[in-house]
This record gives sequence, structure tokens and C-alpha cells, in this order.
Amino acid sequence: MSRQRITVEDVGDVAVVQFVDKKILDEQNIQMIGDDLFRLVDELGRRKLLLNFANVDFMSSAALGKLIRLHQRLTQVGGKLVLCAISKDIMQVFTLTKLDKMLKIVKDEQTGLGSF
Amino acid sequence: MTDDRARPHELFVASDLAEVRRVQDLVEATLQANRFGETDQFAVKLAVEEALVNAIKHGNQLDPAKRVRILYSVDDETFRIHITDEGAGFNPDELPDPTADDFLERPCGRGVLLIKSFMTTVDFLGRGNEVVMSKLKTPPDTE
Repeated sequence: MSRQRITVEDVGDVAVVQFVDKKILDEQNIQMIGDDLFRLVDELGRRKLLLNFANVDFMSSAALGKLIRLHQRLTQVGGKLVLCAISKDIMQVFTLTKLDKMLKIVKDEQTGLGSF
Repeated sequence: MTDDRARPHELFVASDLAEVRRVQDLVEATLQANRFGETDQFAVKLAVEEALVNAIKHGNQLDPAKRVRILYSVDDETFRIHITDEGAGFNPDELPDPTADDFLERPCGRGVLLIKSFMTTVDFLGRGNEVVMSKLKTPPDTE
């Protein structure tokens, strides 16, 4: 059985996702995490995804690519992706790449739940 | 004062993405030992990841016969790292702007932008298969 990389809690019709691996969303593990996220959409039919980054200390551009694809996939199927609880350092990655203009990013989980 | 300061550390890694985290851990330990703050550590780890992934994936094309040479050093004020792959190189000036409207939806191509944004100095040398980066320590009360 493969190691659990995300946890999913359903709050109404929103799938709230937390990352189990505190440290890193990097090239090495983002493929597997991406697979888990896409499975939520493609196999389990989730349309509202709230990704909670509270446990995430580090993220590289590999993760940005997955998030972009996930956003595109959800848009394609009439869904929505929201990100929340992003640390100051990681938020810089989004603003420098201007992906904060494309992706919906909010302060915390409560705000995120209200944004669908 | 440690003997480590300013003495360069050299290592060669295989063209395997699993090596990236190992190098990051070494770099992080060095930065912590020399009292670089959390934000500086994040910046350097990110730039090192991006540069190493580029060297392994794009430079060496994940060829197990090719290696990446890493040379790094640290002193009171500055962390320096020199990464060299065995690939054909590239011209960083010819990279498209990943923040342009027509690029934004692409899933890749942001590594060099992040390296240049987070490090104090970045220079590509040779045929573009070498990158030398430095990070000046941020004073503690401004982090």
C-alpha cells in the first residue's frame, strides 16, 4: 500500500486537502501528489478543491506546474480550485511568477470555504 | 568559529532527481550552522533545487552516464554555489518570459526566474552549462 501523501476532508461539497509531507512539494514527490489530486477530480468526481498549505514549508516550481494543470482540469469540468494558508515565503513564489493572478489564493481555510 | 567557513565543498552527483534533496539537506545544514535565517534558507534551497533540476533534467537529460559537479562555500556573510552539468548548455537570455500573459498557463519554465529572484547574484558561464549563484545573508532584524 503506497504512503498517504494527502488527507481529504469533505466539508459540504468542498474537498479540503491537506499535505501530509510537511517539508516539501518538490520535483521528487510532486508527481505522486499530483496523481492523488487528479484522482480526486477524474476518478472521484470532486469539483470543489480547497488545498490547505498550512503544513507546507517548501515548494518549488515543479509544484506550480501541477497546480496550473489542476486548475485547468477543474475549470474544464466546471469546477474550482482554491489555495489557502500559504506561508510568506511560498507566497513569494506565487507573486514572483504572477500565478497569484491566475490561481485563487486566500488567507485561511474558513475564507477558502466561503469562496466557492 | 568553524573550520568550514569559506572552505569550498565539492561533490559530484548522478543525474538522478533523488540527489536533489540530498544536496538541499547538505546546503541547509551549512546555512543553519552559519546562522542564515529561515527566509534565506528557503531562498537558497529553492534556487539550488531549481538549478539542480535544470542541470539533471535539461542539461544532462537524466543520462546516468553524466554527472553534475557542485562546489559550494559559505562565510559570515555569503553563501556561494557553482553547479556544472555535462550538457550542451543554453542561452538564458533566450528564455521566454514566464510571467507574460501568453505563457502564464504553461506548467513549466519558471526555474531561472525563481533563481534570479531569490539569489543575490546569478551568472551563467561557459556554454550555459554552469551557473554560479550567491546569497548575501539578510540581517536578522530585517527577515
